[in-house]
Amino acid sequence: METTTVKPQFSEAAQAEIKRLLTHYPDDRRKSALLPILHIAQAEFGGWVSPEVQDLVAEVIGIKPIEVYEVSSFYTMFNLKPVGKHVLEICRTGPCMLRGSDELTAHLERITGAKVAGPASADGLFTLKEVECLAACGFAPIVQVREKYYEQLDTPEAVDAMLTELRNQVHRPALPWEETGLPNAVANN
Amino acid sequence: MGRKLLTEHINVEGIDTFEVYRKHGGYRSVEKAIKTMTPDEVVEEVKKSGLRGRGGAGFPTGMKWSFLAKPEGVPRYLVCNADESEPGTFKDRQLMSKLPHLLIEGMITSSYALGANTSYIYIRGELLYVLRILEKAIAEAYANGFLGKNILGSGYDLDLHVHPGGGAYICGEETALLESLEGKRGNPRNKPPFPAVQGLYARPTVVNNVESIAAVVPIINEGGDEYAKIGVGRSTGTKLISACGHLNKPGIYEIELGVPVEEFIYSDEYCGGIWKGRQLKAVVAGGSSVPILPTELILKTAAGENRLMTYESLSDGGFMTGTMLGSGGFIAMDETTCIVRNTWNFSRFYHHESCGQCSPCREGTGWMEKVLHRLEHGHGHMEDIDLLVSVAKQIEGNTICPLGEAAAWPVAAAVRHFRHEFEWHVTHAKEAAQPGAVYRPGAVLA
Repeated sequence: METTTVKPQFSEAAQAEIKRLLTHYPDDRRKSALLPILHIAQAEFGGWVSPEVQDLVAEVIGIKPIEVYEVSSFYTMFNLKPVGKHVLEICRTGPCMLRGSDELTAHLERITGAKVAGPASADGLFTLKEVECLAACGFAPIVQVREKYYEQLDTPEAVDAMLTELRNQVHRPALPWEETGLPNAVANN
Repeated sequence: MGRKLLTEHINVEGIDTFEVYRKHGGYRSVEKAIKTMTPDEVVEEVKKSGLRGRGGAGFPTGMKWSFLAKPEGVPRYLVCNADESEPGTFKDRQLMSKLPHLLIEGMITSSYALGANTSYIYIRGELLYVLRILEKAIAEAYANGFLGKNILGSGYDLDLHVHPGGGAYICGEETALLESLEGKRGNPRNKPPFPAVQGLYARPTVVNNVESIAAVVPIINEGGDEYAKIGVGRSTGTKLISACGHLNKPGIYEIELGVPVEEFIYSDEYCGGIWKGRQLKAVVAGGSSVPILPTELILKTAAGENRLMTYESLSDGGFMTGTMLGSGGFIAMDETTCIVRNTWNFSRFYHHESCGQCSPCREGTGWMEKVLHRLEHGHGHMEDIDLLVSVAKQIEGNTICPLGEAAAWPVAAAVRHFRHEFEWHVTHAKEAAQPGAVYRPGAVLA
């Protein structure tokens, strides 16, 4: 079956941010901006970086697509497959395990219906991902959702409060390079 | 009460803004350094202070700075290592998010000392919200003439940028960090050449931890000699300890180096004892990579003296009876903790985070994880225990970077001090495989 894909484009705000980032590095070292720009791309294009998006990143920096692929596949923060509206990154490392992260993961699987390392929940709202150390060990167990940390999730009430907050998020929070105060496009697009 | 050189104002309302930070004495070290001292004099003060790298290695910071090559007409760089991701360690995240100007002030003063005109803060990608806080603070510093061209009319120029990583523990290793900053996979480089000669973009570079750079501020304000008066012996100054695990009051504590470990765990000023009235079983004192110690060895040194929170006292007895201060990631485990399960968890971490460049680490970490997994789940054999030690030994010293050691030490130490627990997992395989099953001396599992 033939599929047609529309070539992705960065928003004007993102383009301006990318231009600013590129000034941080020497002119002949534009590739340095790769990780920061991948973060922008992931936030702009629904929480993951498709091959087309990675090609776009290569184009704006002026490097070969393979240079982007080899980097995006090395760093665990970049999702190479589609994800749900909210990606719940559950820390499973030692200190979080001591304070109940295994139970938290099982609990989240039960109530969201999503599976760790599996596809998103049936309603498309939640993707569960186990990650290594989030550097918040004193407030364990922890879940990170985009740029927010939810700490001390050791009671059902705390977990419910987090999920309710996420479910009620009609608009995604403004990204830093976007103008604030304007309603953003709905749900990660 | 110990002195707080870094965190004295951490809870002041609005301390993350330039105005409030300045009101509480902020940016004095920049003024003092740039207006009254030569760069070499700043380096000299840091040497006098005895400050040792707070990222874990404990190498004297002033000495590291004096190794920086200074060829004419070639730019050099200061890079702040804010890729904190060693399990148990979370001090830098707190410091940066609450006191962003402290790090920026330290970066300016340190960059001046090193003659760097462009500096970077490489922050782990998970902390994008901290990156926003730092960027806002940097913009304020530019607006107030502490960054940019001709700082305070001195003719010294400095640009400071924050750079996010992408979620890779290995990028905390300084050469992997530099590779990553250049937009590549975080594979550590062979040394030599060392970053001091060929670092970022093959230019002379110093890489320092967040806390080390922040400590430069009080050192310049009060003088290196004053700083060196705090602490014990070669462990000078204050240190941030991030305490977690089964403690009543986990959190970040700034201690004067030399506090007894027992006091740190049990006094109300610090961690307030073990939660739920339980007994302490073991401690990992300096982040997950350092050897674990059972209670009796973490409280007393081999010679029977009280163990102190210093580089020397914690490592007393070598790896047979001692451990390391490391990054100050203090993980306490109560009597209900299964050491095998915990060791497996750490091993899984190192397997996951190995960059895969050298075979001993790539294969060895996976092998150890596999063996620990089967012991933990009741499928292990007695020979597995010695196999673990053997694999750990074959990783150690055979890799490009220290991640190999970081993966091997916790396993070797767990077997060294808790061998009976591993053996119990083999002899009582069925019980051991039950969720929550823990070996306890003399106890019979229901």
